[in-house]
Amino acid sequence: MPETAHPIPAAVAALVPRLREICGGDGVLTDASRRRVYDTDGITHHREVPGVVVLPTTAAQVAAVVGLCAGSGVPFVPRGAGTGLSGGALPHPEGVLLATSRMRRIVEVDPDNECAVVEPGVTNLDVSRAAAPYGYYYAPDPSSQQVCSVGGNVAENSGGAHCLKYGFTVNHVRGLDVVTPDGVLTRLGGKAPDSPGHDLIGAFIGSEGTLGIATRVTVGLTRLPERTVTLLSAFTSMDAGGRAVSDVIAAGVLPSAIEMMDALAIEAAEAAVACDYPAGAAAVLIVELDGPAAEVRSQVAEVTRLCAAAGAFETRTAADADERSRIWKGRKSAFAAVGRISPSYIVQDGVVPRTALPEVLRRIDELSRESGIRVANVFHAGDGNLHPLVLFDDGEPGAGERAEAVSGAILDLCVEHGGSLTGEHGVGVDKACKMPRMYSPDDLATFDLFRGALDPRGIANPYKLLPTPRLCGEVPGVRTGVHPLVESGEAEQF
Amino acid sequence: MTDLPDPAAERSFGDLLGDCVHCGFCLPTCPTHVLWGQEADSPRGRIHLMAQAHEDVLTEAAVGHFDNCLGCLACVTSCPSGVAYDALIERTRVRVEEEHRRPAPERALRGAVFALFPHRRRLRLLRGPLRAYRASGASSLVRRSGLLDRLSPALAAMERIAPPAAARPAEVPGLVPAAGRRRARVGMLLGCVQDAFFPDVNTATARVLALEGCEVVVPRDQGCCGALSGHAGRGAEAAGFLEDLIGVFERAGVDRIVVNSAGCGSGMRHAGRVLAGAGADEALVRRGRAFAAKVVDLTEFLVDLGPVAERHPLPLHAVYQDACHLSHGQGVTRQPRALLAGIPELTVSELPDREVCCGSAGVYNLFNPVPARELGDRKAAGAASTGARLLVSGNPGCSLQIASALERAGTPMAVAHTARVLDASLRGLPAESLLNG
Repeated sequence: MPETAHPIPAAVAALVPRLREICGGDGVLTDASRRRVYDTDGITHHREVPGVVVLPTTAAQVAAVVGLCAGSGVPFVPRGAGTGLSGGALPHPEGVLLATSRMRRIVEVDPDNECAVVEPGVTNLDVSRAAAPYGYYYAPDPSSQQVCSVGGNVAENSGGAHCLKYGFTVNHVRGLDVVTPDGVLTRLGGKAPDSPGHDLIGAFIGSEGTLGIATRVTVGLTRLPERTVTLLSAFTSMDAGGRAVSDVIAAGVLPSAIEMMDALAIEAAEAAVACDYPAGAAAVLIVELDGPAAEVRSQVAEVTRLCAAAGAFETRTAADADERSRIWKGRKSAFAAVGRISPSYIVQDGVVPRTALPEVLRRIDELSRESGIRVANVFHAGDGNLHPLVLFDDGEPGAGERAEAVSGAILDLCVEHGGSLTGEHGVGVDKACKMPRMYSPDDLATFDLFRGALDPRGIANPYKLLPTPRLCGEVPGVRTGVHPLVESGEAEQF
Repeated sequence: MTDLPDPAAERSFGDLLGDCVHCGFCLPTCPTHVLWGQEADSPRGRIHLMAQAHEDVLTEAAVGHFDNCLGCLACVTSCPSGVAYDALIERTRVRVEEEHRRPAPERALRGAVFALFPHRRRLRLLRGPLRAYRASGASSLVRRSGLLDRLSPALAAMERIAPPAAARPAEVPGLVPAAGRRRARVGMLLGCVQDAFFPDVNTATARVLALEGCEVVVPRDQGCCGALSGHAGRGAEAAGFLEDLIGVFERAGVDRIVVNSAGCGSGMRHAGRVLAGAGADEALVRRGRAFAAKVVDLTEFLVDLGPVAERHPLPLHAVYQDACHLSHGQGVTRQPRALLAGIPELTVSELPDREVCCGSAGVYNLFNPVPARELGDRKAAGAASTGARLLVSGNPGCSLQIASALERAGTPMAVAHTARVLDASLRGLPAESLLNG
């Protein structure tokens, strides 16, 4: 491959010898084909080839790399497992991509203090695996938990199916070692559950790499419940399923998860993993109940009754791990499984108040019918976190744009109904320009002030999370050439 | 598992690439990603490199990453989007062999491996000199050639693990009659490495089949199945071997072809794809598909058939290891466990990280000894942690690889093929018979 296709920018090239000293020759990737494999994360319509890729193995190396960037004003982008769905790890073409994939040590499992200390590249599921022998697990469980990294979870404040009862990453992290954008390694919090002063851990979690890089994470562990039961209820309409959700919550039952899938999502999951959900279901609900055995027993009966009353034509109860994982397999594979029924798709992520669910789902259905773009719905129904999957064929001219339009309109629907632009996938580059739909200029200026206090040079994952005038108004990901407004003389770039 | 016709065979390379949605679910079970934590050494990264090569030229760097792939197919199992990575890497390797000029020593090593391994008579002839090599440690004759330096340790390891050549059991006869009422008539593949180094596994296989009421046809003129060549991008060579073997089993007139070597079975099940890829005529491709549909792993066949022979107790703690080309390549994980569970007093443990390859991967450990060794060490540590006394596996390469790693780590453990464990139980042999090799 001719290097000329993706040359290393001069400012980055100047850092390479020093980067090699810091990370070792093997930890610095400069040739074009190896850099190109990092051009995207889990959301592939945003692509940029990084100037250089570094694979540090220690916090000291991370600090040295970031310090070098700070000294020269070269931007850096942190990357975990590259599974993010908002382009938070989209590389900067004139920057350093810092992947934590070699920082995979579980430093300590401390069952007495109910916590574990891990490096950022450790996968979410590996924390639970390491804690299991002690009767504990790590509660936040994104659907990609077997591959996504704890560092990435911290950056995105990831949640998962069970955050209805157990909360997001921010509710479970007690301590962070952080390299700030000026290259300083510092420690926030520790093993103790709370520390006085401003909640800097809270501010760091979900900052999407704009405030630095976590190099070590102390997470709280949760006792494995005495009993866990998973119910699968099948309905002939989404409305009936939605009604069951509201009834369950109204009855005062707090399931650890309530998930809903529509017919199209079920079709994809069946094609991928043959999950064998009840035939003819227009909606399925997956309700998981955990806790002391006696409590779970009574809740299972209550939820089964409520689902039947709302119109469920079949409810299955899975109590052993095998049966439960069969039920979950369909749900957990749903995003990637859509690849089986559509050449391309956009995974959207929005939140609506639970009561607005039926109305918003009906509007999504209308949008889909009007545009001819199919939309599969998979969502955390308990907390109103929607994951519409907007399906299109990228080989068909114009289909991508129409899909983008539908996807954007769905977000508008969420915000209009008092919801949020993102429930758990983050803002990244994908939604940075949409932030003004949710926040006032004053809100955004406050965010910016905070970000600037820690990153005055603007080198930590720039153009992510907050809108940048230079980019917003353009089609995201396609940033080659001169801006049309500049070309027409209506605007100037400085 | 025998989905025929093979859908991946009908689709273009670009089309197959398009199935990957870049979700990354393949990363945690990819052995090279486990070792090196680098995107280009993960299935997702390799698919990206394949796409680059598809649009553009094949780079030196990309070839290195393709060569690093063990072809264990763990990614095929973990992929929720159904990406046919097996077909993708197979076609990529053919292209690498066609377009990429390897340095002379590497060419020589590959030439030697493929002049030797797919030929069981040549392998057998080598056993005498290998014993000598082992005895002398580093014989000056062998040391003089750098090539043999690479080959000999691996072959010597086989020699060390395999039962002594002198104790070679009698050849499996061309026709083994069923014990009692005949329930089925099957063909049996001998395999190259299996036959040369583990003839006792073949004997055990034939005996178990016969005891379960099968008449076993073992064509004496059978050669290599071509899987090793196919996995290494030597498509034409693989097709040649396959064509011969298809003829052999057509003449044998059997409905099922029982295979006890995971690598062979996995390759044979894709005979149609391999032949089509090598440009074989339509009639041969059709024969290849018909042949592939008859291929069945020993354990899968026995479970479908159902047991009739009495199982005698084997008071023993064993650990079962999934051969990648059995679990990921053929989707056979339940059946060997079910058969072992049917043996009284045999306890079977599971390995930690059971989806991750042991590093053997056909001839990978000859071409890439360093990562192969690291993966072997990991697997050995996992096996040792179970406290089992016997490691059971369905593939000769895995057995060799893990046994040497266990020995290296100072935690030696006996290894046995599933067929030998069943054979011991059916014949009422003592558990010790499996522990003494």
